[in-house]
Amino acid sequence: MTGSAGEPVLQRDVTIVNVQGLHARAAKQFVETARRFEAHITVAKGRQIVDAKDIWDVMTLAAERGTALVLRGRGADAEEALDALDALIKAKFHEEQ
Amino acid sequence: MKFRDFLRRDAVVYDMQATDKRAALEELVEALAAVKAVKKSDAPAIVSALVKRENLGSTGIGRGVAVPHARIDCIRKVVGALGRSEAGVPFNALDGKPVHVLFLMLSSPDNTADHLAALERVARILKDETFCRFLRQARGQEDLLDLIDEADQDEESR
Repeated sequence: MTGSAGEPVLQRDVTIVNVQGLHARAAKQFVETARRFEAHITVAKGRQIVDAKDIWDVMTLAAERGTALVLRGRGADAEEALDALDALIKAKFHEEQ
Repeated sequence: MKFRDFLRRDAVVYDMQATDKRAALEELVEALAAVKAVKKSDAPAIVSALVKRENLGSTGIGRGVAVPHARIDCIRKVVGALGRSEAGVPFNALDGKPVHVLFLMLSSPDNTADHLAALERVARILKDETFCRFLRQARGQEDLLDLIDEADQDEESR
């Protein structure tokens, strides 16, 4: 898979680990993090693919703990973006002990 | 999950009177208490939980819509109320604008799946800007309920 500008699409498999799942506040943090980057980023849950920078989109994932998601990024800073989102998910959105 | 699975049709407030956030939350919780969807004695604790959640970050996420919510022990099954304010309620929304449509959701701390499913349902229709405008411009209680029913029907016919 390549991007329109010939840039590769990077992919990262992640799993939601926090007890509350990707709830509203977590979704907001996720979107804010994604927006720090220029890269075009999508999140897929099964066949559902949404824009990582759209709060409404991300809330429609209803991703519970244990849900596998696939992050895809395209653009100069795609790798950094995926790293940041991956870290945020692993850090349980900084809200649990 | 459909709206009919959690949204109380008898707790739809077409013409909210509240002019600030706390009063708006109280008004919708009172609407739920009035139809015994929550206990009257639990109302203050529910309002506190909603306010506490708002203090972590406004649930006014744009388009004139807010989704105040709380997970609280006195709630077993996810339940929701809908409010519409003609004048708009200041809500510290992300876009700074007052909110005109409020979907209030209460759920059990033990049932994350239902909470996320209800949130997903609300987010999916509110993604549609036209639908947000329709809700805001609804001409009465029945009109508001018809819009919600249509949203559920669209979902079924997909």
